[in-house]
Amino acid sequence: MSFVLRCPHCGPREVSDFAYGGEVVARPTGEPSRRELYRYVYFRRNVSGVQREWWYHRSGCGAWFQAERDTRTNQVHWTGPAGDPGRL
Amino acid sequence: MSRLQPRPGEGIDRTREVSFTFDGKPVAAYEGDTIASALYAAGRRTFSRSFKYHRRRGLFCATGQCANCLVHVDGRPGIRACMEPAGHGLCVTHQNAFPSLERDAMAILDHLPSAALPVGFYYKTFIAPRRLWPVYERLLRRASGLGRLPATQAQRTWRTEYRRRHVDVLVSGGGAAGLSAAIAAAGLGADVLLADEGLELGGRLLDEGDHDRARDLAAQAGAAGVEVLGRASVLGLYDGLAAISQGGTLHQVRAARHVFATGALEQPLLFDGNDLPGVMLSGGALRLLARQSIRAGERAVVACTGDRGLRAAGALAAAGVEIAAVVDVRDGGRVLAAEGRAGVERVRLVDGDGVVRTVAADLLVVSGGDAPALGLAAQAGARSGWDELRAQSVLVSLPRGCFVAGSVAGEVGCERSGEAAGLAAAHSLGLGDPVSKAREVALASDLPAEVVAPAPLPVDSGGRRCFACLCEDVTVKDIEQGVREGYESLELAKRYTTVTMGPCQGRICQGQSAAVVGRATGAGREIVGSTTARPPWTTVPLGALAGRPVEPAKRSAIHAWHRAHGGVIRWTGDWRRPYHYGDPQAEARAVAQRAGLIDVSTLGKLLVRGPQAGELLDRLYPGRISTLGIGRCRYAILTGESGRILDDGTICRLDAETFYVTTTSTGAAGAVQWFRWWQTGWGLEASVTDLSQGLSAFNLAGPRAREILASVAELDVSADAFAYLDGREGVVTGVPCLLLRLGFTGELGFELHCSAAHAEHLWEALLEAGGSAGLRAFGLEPQRALRLEKLHILVGADTDAESTPYGAGLGWAVKLDREEDFVGRWALTDAAGAAPESVLVGFRVSGAELPREGAVVLDAGGAAAGQVTSARHGPRAGGSLGMAWMPAGLADDGASITISDAGRLLSATVSTTPFFDPEGAVVRS
Repeated sequence: MSFVLRCPHCGPREVSDFAYGGEVVARPTGEPSRRELYRYVYFRRNVSGVQREWWYHRSGCGAWFQAERDTRTNQVHWTGPAGDPGRL
Repeated sequence: MSRLQPRPGEGIDRTREVSFTFDGKPVAAYEGDTIASALYAAGRRTFSRSFKYHRRRGLFCATGQCANCLVHVDGRPGIRACMEPAGHGLCVTHQNAFPSLERDAMAILDHLPSAALPVGFYYKTFIAPRRLWPVYERLLRRASGLGRLPATQAQRTWRTEYRRRHVDVLVSGGGAAGLSAAIAAAGLGADVLLADEGLELGGRLLDEGDHDRARDLAAQAGAAGVEVLGRASVLGLYDGLAAISQGGTLHQVRAARHVFATGALEQPLLFDGNDLPGVMLSGGALRLLARQSIRAGERAVVACTGDRGLRAAGALAAAGVEIAAVVDVRDGGRVLAAEGRAGVERVRLVDGDGVVRTVAADLLVVSGGDAPALGLAAQAGARSGWDELRAQSVLVSLPRGCFVAGSVAGEVGCERSGEAAGLAAAHSLGLGDPVSKAREVALASDLPAEVVAPAPLPVDSGGRRCFACLCEDVTVKDIEQGVREGYESLELAKRYTTVTMGPCQGRICQGQSAAVVGRATGAGREIVGSTTARPPWTTVPLGALAGRPVEPAKRSAIHAWHRAHGGVIRWTGDWRRPYHYGDPQAEARAVAQRAGLIDVSTLGKLLVRGPQAGELLDRLYPGRISTLGIGRCRYAILTGESGRILDDGTICRLDAETFYVTTTSTGAAGAVQWFRWWQTGWGLEASVTDLSQGLSAFNLAGPRAREILASVAELDVSADAFAYLDGREGVVTGVPCLLLRLGFTGELGFELHCSAAHAEHLWEALLEAGGSAGLRAFGLEPQRALRLEKLHILVGADTDAESTPYGAGLGWAVKLDREEDFVGRWALTDAAGAAPESVLVGFRVSGAELPREGAVVLDAGGAAAGQVTSARHGPRAGGSLGMAWMPAGLADDGASITISDAGRLLSATVSTTPFFDPEGAVVRS
């Protein structure tokens, strides 16, 4: 497997430079019910298609950013700085 | 001597002599010689013994295409002697012959009746009885094969590196076409990388006497800003990544555009004895002549299917080689056999008039036409077909972003074709202007193709020794036999006979073997097609592909000291750490009775700094951190959103905006990543800096620790001035340190953090200062025993992904009664609302036996209810102690439990308080 991600600071780098941080998940606001909490902590959508996800430039600048990647083809459509990790 | 008088443009420097050894004997060479050319000039004609029959093999292609001249160089096997510069002092040895190249015992295989080693013999023989296969395999391995690797890792001194590169255009091949393409693309502003296998840029220009033009183009490429990788093989394309092997470096190149200028591969001719030393491709004979001024023979026969061979004949004649006969297949001539004992002595041929003659010659130059080197383009997705007129494969389609230039595209005008391809590649990137675009159109005119006759197949099967594949010793007869046995498709014939599967990867043999299959099946050459091109395109050491490990082993700055002083080194995560120095009990006793020093440099060490650093830590930790006073420390656990324990460590506030955070040894990288992830979202004014690798840390512990420290520290370490959980900056033995007064082992203890550069001095100076007080170094094993007595948890061993602070007895470290949001708040609030089902407590076994980690705690009914996470003999409290998770109902202080360890039943008593110093009086002393 090999593809390129564009780090917003460093530019395009091989995927092996980065650590995958998983899907972007909305952090609950206010007091979540136990059901909402468990869904937030344990459940992921695991989509077959384009998803918004977290990446960490481990062997580079050490920045977290977000990407939109097609999980079927590994094509990365967009990368950019992150907002609140709790919110999209 | 076959070395000629100095010639203009030659690639050797006769003023600089070098010398290397071949099989122990010295060989003289000039700078610019290859190992092969030097050996050839010295009169060597046999370069290797063949794979199966151990036949003599000579210099055949001399251009890095075939496997005839593979040798060991300084212990590295499989080196192409014709591509390796003759370096001074090299130790070169032959491969695949015993005892010597000239007298090879296994050559007897060549004289056995051919039924002894039939095609596919390894599928037919050696298979019964099956249990003997390992024996057969060992014998076959010895008999065949291509050299030997050094037996142990220590003997493999070769080191490899990865390098990554992103470019606009990658040009594969540095001949006239590749150079022209690179110059054109770079001229329009593209970032161009060019990789070439040769010792010098220029490809066939150099072989065909056009040195000046080659050097001119190479200079132009340099001036245009082209980055050139010399002596570098493009191995293949993997998911769009081009792997290029250059010495010990594997370049991983991602190119927006590819220009393939890989040239053409001169093909051999099929006749009996076509593998004898002295049979040479015309390109090889020309290269020896043009680059190293070596005459490949005295009296030559030239056999060819096109003008390339005729031009070679002219060049050789001009250099003084007597041309005994020219056999042009287009005129009806052909070679019947090359004969001789150790090399070509006679050539039996049919001349243009149909007369069979035998001609004495010591060199037989062959040229069976050009096969475009389509391998890389095909890997990229190019498709090819068969062109009957040119008698060669031609490109039918190219994938997007790929361009071809020069003879790989069947073009004769290499520079024009290269310039056109380079311009096209740059234009497709949006570079260029109307003038350059007009130039591209003007260049893209068809050039007439040279008419090449298809190389003639032998009328019969060419005798016993007509080899279609030199690498694997596969004859024309073998392929025909395979077809008769039903392997009619080229791909199946390949797998059955192993034709094209040797080191040349089909360069020399693919075209001819396809023609043989085509004739044997009656399908014809164009129906047979070609086998699938797969990487690697050329031989590559596996070590070059492996590169360096991605996660290197980590060693403390004083690792050498540990090793020199008897440290028993083990892995802990990525770290190499001393478990003990020979006597863990004595080390633990020293800590308990006098003092001990342990290297804890593996701890993660982060600096969190900024106006909102306190707020960041408050949000990250379940405890409150911002309430910490300046110069004070606090133990803290880290939890995730699920309220489970992730890590633990101490935090020291250095000033209003700076916190020094330690983490577990294996959790450091994860903690940095975790801190930054949340920080990215919250955007607080604080930074997280990882100092783990730059700082070392030692823990000085024991009743005499203060006295020892006081003797070398330039600060007041008295109990009043430096209280428990204080943090101070100060100078110790001349080294600036951060000192933390912590209860790491349960004894009076000081943790000293300093720059790794000063670590060895500080360590040795402390041991020296404490020597008279009985200070000694202690390792991880005694440290764990001491910590277990205090019921200090080891995250990841005593806890797992389900452990909450409440279950682990660390509920006191969670502060829920606060306004601000923090990671894990909801889950921890939820968990705090009910008593934990399972808790982590200590136990003392009645008796001396120790349960193993993972032993089971039984409930009243004898069913498994809990699990032992650690167990050791207590150095201070005595007895067999441990920690275990068990149902809260079993875990009252003083309760009796039963532990089952692989059938052994042990009785134990629960303890919810530490076994040593439960009140903490000692650590505060």
